[in-house]
Amino acid sequence: MFEPFYISFKLASITVLILFLISLPLSWYLSQTKSKIKPFIEALTALPIVLPPSVLGFYILVALSQNSPLGAFFKDTFDISLVFNFTSLVIASCFYSLPFMVQPLQSGFESLNKNMLEASYLCGKSKLQTILFVALPNIKPALITAVIITFAHTVGEFGVVLMVGGSIPGETKVASVAIYEMVEIMDYKGAHIYSAIMLGMSFIVLLSVYTFNAKHKRKFGL
Amino acid sequence: MININIKKTLHGVNGAMSLDIDLSIKQGEFIALTGPSGSGKTTLLRVLAGLEVAEGEIEVNKSFWLKNNKSIKAQKRSIGFMHQENALFPNMSILQNLLFVINDLELALRLLSLTGLTKLQDSYPKTLSGGQKQRVSLCRAMMRKPDILLLDEPLSALDAKMRTQLQSEILALHKEFNTTTIMVSHEPSEIYKLSTRTIVLENGHIIKDGKTQEVLLKSQGSQKFSFEGELLELKEVDVIIIAIVAIGQQIVEVVVSKKEALDLKVGQRVILGTKAFAPTILHPSL
Repeated sequence: MFEPFYISFKLASITVLILFLISLPLSWYLSQTKSKIKPFIEALTALPIVLPPSVLGFYILVALSQNSPLGAFFKDTFDISLVFNFTSLVIASCFYSLPFMVQPLQSGFESLNKNMLEASYLCGKSKLQTILFVALPNIKPALITAVIITFAHTVGEFGVVLMVGGSIPGETKVASVAIYEMVEIMDYKGAHIYSAIMLGMSFIVLLSVYTFNAKHKRKFGL
Repeated sequence: MININIKKTLHGVNGAMSLDIDLSIKQGEFIALTGPSGSGKTTLLRVLAGLEVAEGEIEVNKSFWLKNNKSIKAQKRSIGFMHQENALFPNMSILQNLLFVINDLELALRLLSLTGLTKLQDSYPKTLSGGQKQRVSLCRAMMRKPDILLLDEPLSALDAKMRTQLQSEILALHKEFNTTTIMVSHEPSEIYKLSTRTIVLENGHIIKDGKTQEVLLKSQGSQKFSFEGELLELKEVDVIIIAIVAIGQQIVEVVVSKKEALDLKVGQRVILGTKAFAPTILHPSL
């Protein structure tokens, strides 16, 4: 009965993990660079916020289908299809939720005092050590915001998932798609239960983010 | 022995300017770097620390930190650096701030006891006063037992009393570790107390370099008392005019005549002096 939730959460967890690893160097770079290409990268990263999910879904579908070089390569080499399965959902979600991970981390890093970062270098610490032991621990609110909002946003996605993954039960049928289908077949009871769960969870997630951030601010004055 | 010979183009408030420094420093010297703002003092410090690039050579104890455009990274230079403020790691306790540099508990505890911070070792930076934070910053800079200690106006954000205390601590650590220290400062009294040699920069060039007493007394000292201040207000009271002048932390009232007041404008820098209490004989040719 609740398999779509399980798929949603599995998808969101994997997406958060992958996006964190990608966004950490990217957001650090954006926060420190004075390069002229910075606005281009920022605009590219922010695109998923403004694009209709159908547009994003369409392009991802085109890029990953077996007619594209990438799709053909994976099909021929590993015998993996990149569309209408769980892998394609992960790829699509990583694009879709990218700005929600990058932007909070970037503004967190930008808010750090330059003197403090320099002090770390002058203590003999490398960039990586500085990011891990000085920068990240001092942007905990931004870090928590990035992780949780990315998770919640991925659970909440609908259009991209539908286009790239279809609605294969047990494989790509996530909670939001399940609700859509229940409404289509006029199963309002199921739709009510699912929607209430989504609503409740989303609220609790947001509430915990704001509560944590307020507490952290009092404690460390950051 | 430290030899510095660097060139760098700066883009300051007054347009482009070239920093051109040729300097030799003996081991154990305490150098004060002074001069108007925008003269390149901080940049020189940052180039030495490896935080900014420059052309030329920096040789420290027979190893080159900069030569033929090859620069050793800041991380690899034996440098202790103290920022003006805000350089502590808020996520670490005071002791952890020190141990983050090098895991040498004995040295950390010794430094904390030298600066009277032993009781605060488990506190976090947020709970410390400005003076205490700068003390921790100083201790942290000494953790690597650096060849060169660089201090970038380390006390300028502190009040006068705190400044005096920290000055003696800086001097104590400088002697204790026999390090070479370069400090940017605007305070003549601070420079006089701490440094053995003073270098004055202007527009990126060294315009004075010598023993602190000689440099300071020649440029700033005289037998007359005079203070520079800012004219805040001209008040007309009956037939006289009272000028309100800010000198350092003090506000002073001075009576001026109407004629004198005509030449004065609120906001301008003025010099307050006493007319001789005792007659002074001046050389006729002056």
